[in-house]
Amino acid sequence: MPEKRLQEIESKFEMFQILNEKGEIVNEAAMPDLSDDELVELMERMVYTRIWDQRAISLNRQGRLGFYAPVAGQEASMLGSQFALDKKDWILPGYRDIPQIVWHGLPLYQAFLYSRGHFGGGQIPEDVNVLMPQIIIGAQIVQTAGVALGLKRKGKENIAITYTGDGGASQGDFYEGINFAGAYQAPAVFVVQNNQFAISVPVEQQSAAKTIAQKSVAAGIRGVMVDGMDVLAVYKATKDAREEALKGNGPTLIETYCYRYGPHTMAGDDPTRYRTADLDDEWERKDPLVRFRTLLESKGLWSEEKENEVMERAKEDVKNAIKQADDTPKQKVTELIEFMYESLPDSLEEQWEEYKKKESK
Amino acid sequence: MAQMTMIQAITDAMRTELKNDENVLVFGEDVGQNGGVFRATEGLQKEFGEERVFDTPLAESGITGLAIGLGLTGFRPVMEIQFFGFLFETMDGIAGQMSRMRYRSGGHYHSPITIRSPFGGGVKTPELHADSLEGLMAQTPGIKVVIPSTPYDAKGLLISAIRDNDPVIFLEHMKLYRSFREEVPEEEYTIEIGKADIKREGKDVTIVTYGAMVHTALRAADQLEEEGIDAEIVDLRTISPLDVETVIESVKKTNRAIVVQEAQRQAGIAANVSAEISERAILHLEAPVMRVTAPDTVYAFAEVEDEWIPGEEDIIEKVKASLDF
Ligand SMILES: Cc1ncc(C[n+]2csc(CCOP(=O)(O)OP(=O)(O)O)c2C)c(N)n1
Ligand SMILES: [Mg+2]
Repeated sequence: MPEKRLQEIESKFEMFQILNEKGEIVNEAAMPDLSDDELVELMERMVYTRIWDQRAISLNRQGRLGFYAPVAGQEASMLGSQFALDKKDWILPGYRDIPQIVWHGLPLYQAFLYSRGHFGGGQIPEDVNVLMPQIIIGAQIVQTAGVALGLKRKGKENIAITYTGDGGASQGDFYEGINFAGAYQAPAVFVVQNNQFAISVPVEQQSAAKTIAQKSVAAGIRGVMVDGMDVLAVYKATKDAREEALKGNGPTLIETYCYRYGPHTMAGDDPTRYRTADLDDEWERKDPLVRFRTLLESKGLWSEEKENEVMERAKEDVKNAIKQADDTPKQKVTELIEFMYESLPDSLEEQWEEYKKKESK
Repeated sequence: MAQMTMIQAITDAMRTELKNDENVLVFGEDVGQNGGVFRATEGLQKEFGEERVFDTPLAESGITGLAIGLGLTGFRPVMEIQFFGFLFETMDGIAGQMSRMRYRSGGHYHSPITIRSPFGGGVKTPELHADSLEGLMAQTPGIKVVIPSTPYDAKGLLISAIRDNDPVIFLEHMKLYRSFREEVPEEEYTIEIGKADIKREGKDVTIVTYGAMVHTALRAADQLEEEGIDAEIVDLRTISPLDVETVIESVKKTNRAIVVQEAQRQAGIAANVSAEISERAILHLEAPVMRVTAPDTVYAFAEVEDEWIPGEEDIIEKVKASLDF
């Protein structure tokens, strides 16, 4: 009875939630072990990130930022998972996953340089274990299996985590990545942020599978589907996955079910062509910040004053980061040539000379 | 006649062939309801239905495989690769499979497929969106590579591509999508694949180019004219197979040739054209064939793109070097 077996498997992937839409704890037993300070820190990061996202959108409209993929709606999914990491864990992000790598240590102004198309955005500081945001959907997923295996073979107590979207889970690289990591029992965590759309294409058109999490079954690895608007659930699922990986129990696939409020990117996408206002409203009612704020307020850990202070800090930091990006010297073609190889072949040396002459005009 | 941008001419060509042949199918990422990220397929799903114009799951190798399979079962797929930098994702599908179908089966099977894709640069996209990978495709036997530079050419060439029984890669320069309009007949017409076009007649020097560089070359020619230099511009329109005859005829008239490409220098189309001229018209040349290209780096970061892409001044400089040789 193959249908029955499929239904049985699918029924195992129910949504994991700790904090519901109303800000109530609905799964006390799963409540992660976070101090009050840590809970406040998580909220601060979400508020800060939402403000920075709004600023980035308006800077893009003013022509002061380049490529930008908005993140509002996905803060819990992005920041809850990053919060579960150790500083030395590796992150292999997609193009939208800028918040995770910034909170992992990439200076904000470098994220802005990346957005503008400046190589300075890729010059990751020595002590920050993140890769540049991947543009080719899925490429980071196979590489994660490699980083994770490398960490394991070097005897490190660290994991590699990667992010993709619901569309990304259709790429061959996705299946190869989870399969390789499983085959080597590599300490990897694969997060699929299912915001239900790949640009305009709804997730239902990506696959006949009911969930993305269930794809872990075929790879022989753990899989879990999480409420991606619930920062506590995302944190807990990632923390558990990380611990299992470090115990030698192999990788986990985490699907975070969420929504992006804004357009796909700032390059002309118009979500009204493929989403209804009703759907937007439905998901804004599940907002990750609202429900977490309710919880923290009930614990006496959060106030309007606190929130305003974080918002002001975010605005100030964005202003300074933009200034720092503005102050970064404009890149030159000769520099691009220099980055091509460890030492320049003669043919490139000649081209370097040619551009040097042009640049000194 | 209607005034059309290149993207409108492209949509119009697809509409024409969707109407003409029920086996024509248009598919790719976001081409359905959304009408494509550049709106090249705007309105087509509404007009022809979801069975003829449809979104695929997100996987370029999947899209190519689907096209090959549909081609084997009697359909005429027009597949889109959303940006040509994603070509690498499906290199085997195109270069290892589709292009070899006819050959491998001793002529029994074929791939009547059109691959449409935006390419080129100058519009400040992120990495692997802007790129000039046409050389990789031109070096793939079994595939034709078409690159229009005007709305009129785009419509006629795309209709020919769709009707062709061999795979055709149809590359649409992003900068040309909406940069200008021109008269395009509303009725159907075809332009033969593999035929270059003289976009400007001249007697002093031949500039061979294609894609957006045709317009850069035309602007350079206007400036050269002010200095009394009369350049002829050959728009290749198809880079594989190459219309060697038109190029050689022009060179025999002007005795000088500059080959211009937006792509990097190494092993490019310009090198190939230059070799053809040297082999076939060496005794007609007053100066070596010279190339204007981008440098041999990975495609430039957006912020420095304008300095990296060859400009009018680079062409003018080479023309003068040829004349002063
Ligand atoms: C290999 C590849 N194909 C196509 C694209 C173009 N593209 C960029 S984002 C996107 C949709 C991705 O959707 P999803 O994986 O759900 O992630 P989301 O953007 O929703 O976060 C597409 C088709 C790309 N960047 N890379
Ligand atoms: Mg998505």
